[in-house]
Amino acid sequence: MSTELALSAITLIGIAALVPILMAMTAFLGPRSRGKVKNEAYESGIGSIIGAVDQKFSVKFYLLAILFLIFDIETVFMFPWAVSLRELGWFGFIEMVVFMLLLLTGLIYILKKGVLNWR
Amino acid sequence: MSLTLLNVIFAVVVAIAFAAANAAYLVWAERRGAARIQRRPGPNINGPFGLLQPPLDGIKLMAKQLIIPGGADKVLFIGAPVLAMYPAIMSFVTIPFSDSIVAHNINVGILMIFAFASTGSMSLIFAGWSSRNKYSMMSAVRAVSQSVAYEIPMLITTITVVMIAGSMDLMEIVHQQSSSILHWNIFPLLGKSHNILMPASFLIFFICTLAETNRAPFDLGEAESELVAGFHTEYGSMGFGLFFMGEYANIVIGSCMTTILFLGGWSCPFGLFPGVWWFLLKLYLLIATFIWIRWTFPRTTIYGLLNLSWKILIPLSLVNLLLTAGLIKVF
Repeated sequence: MSTELALSAITLIGIAALVPILMAMTAFLGPRSRGKVKNEAYESGIGSIIGAVDQKFSVKFYLLAILFLIFDIETVFMFPWAVSLRELGWFGFIEMVVFMLLLLTGLIYILKKGVLNWR
Repeated sequence: MSLTLLNVIFAVVVAIAFAAANAAYLVWAERRGAARIQRRPGPNINGPFGLLQPPLDGIKLMAKQLIIPGGADKVLFIGAPVLAMYPAIMSFVTIPFSDSIVAHNINVGILMIFAFASTGSMSLIFAGWSSRNKYSMMSAVRAVSQSVAYEIPMLITTITVVMIAGSMDLMEIVHQQSSSILHWNIFPLLGKSHNILMPASFLIFFICTLAETNRAPFDLGEAESELVAGFHTEYGSMGFGLFFMGEYANIVIGSCMTTILFLGGWSCPFGLFPGVWWFLLKLYLLIATFIWIRWTFPRTTIYGLLNLSWKILIPLSLVNLLLTAGLIKVF
């Protein structure tokens, strides 16, 4: 088992090692000229307005990220439960129904609070 | 199946070759399909039917300079395209194309593929943030919130399939559907649990696959009319090429997963002659549907996109999951 694990790890590492070669090839084959103006990010000839990465964006995206964490962890809980659903009996089923109803209530609360009302 | 070092090398080469060839020729298919829908010829000069277009494009991309914008984070800027490509190729390792054609089948294959798929959104935010361009940044924020939003209904509908199969082994899931077309998970009548909700699961899964792969009508990440080219605005040369290949490889992975989970994998509709050709037939029919949808529907807005996921698909898929579990328990 441990050799199998090692070999499948080698498969993944091999793929991870081969893909960057494509990127390296373009460095060998392509031209390599550079200069201050050439490397500038520009928009229709106007250089200075585009580089603003530190601009503000809607705070909703942070809320969405937090929501995602909650629901993603929920699905992580559900995977092992789903595999053994038939063996768990009614108790296991009802436990998960309670858990999911709580989360669904949470989602409805979030929607009622207007997290997803844009503008 | 025992693994030897020879198998491993073979698996690596075949996975990369399959992903690259598919990506290259799907670009060709997409351009030809788009041209057909828009009533123009499309690429038809290089080789018969323009079939030499993808390798020539590849060579041209490789022979261009990779310009790193001043002020960009160099490591992340170069790393992002690589990161876009490799989860897609790695997922090919676990996908069973037929009973014998699989690099390494593991009993938690679904989990592994989703783990790699969610790594993909890392590359979007790396690319968007590191290229120091406001359009890239906006696009990265959009694309990540999109792929994050659609990952949840996708996982939840996958859980309904896992529940019915009682296994996360992709081969096992296909074997359970192999009797006839009526046993496929998409059809509600004869499968393992006589579940009437599976068509709904299939629809949700398919919509989520469209959104996860950043395809129109959900391609808000690279909305050309608003954001230049989205997170790969500043990329030229092979950096752009790898993003492109990664996108198409992700489409192949998504279609493979749909085929395996809902359409019976390599099993024949009549229960006879199962084989890899059935898998490929279903796979390419799904991909053709992807291209067809892309050139038929207009792009949504980012608000509509996120609302569709959070207000409709997630509650719907949760309810679907509860009802499916209930039906399995009752019958």
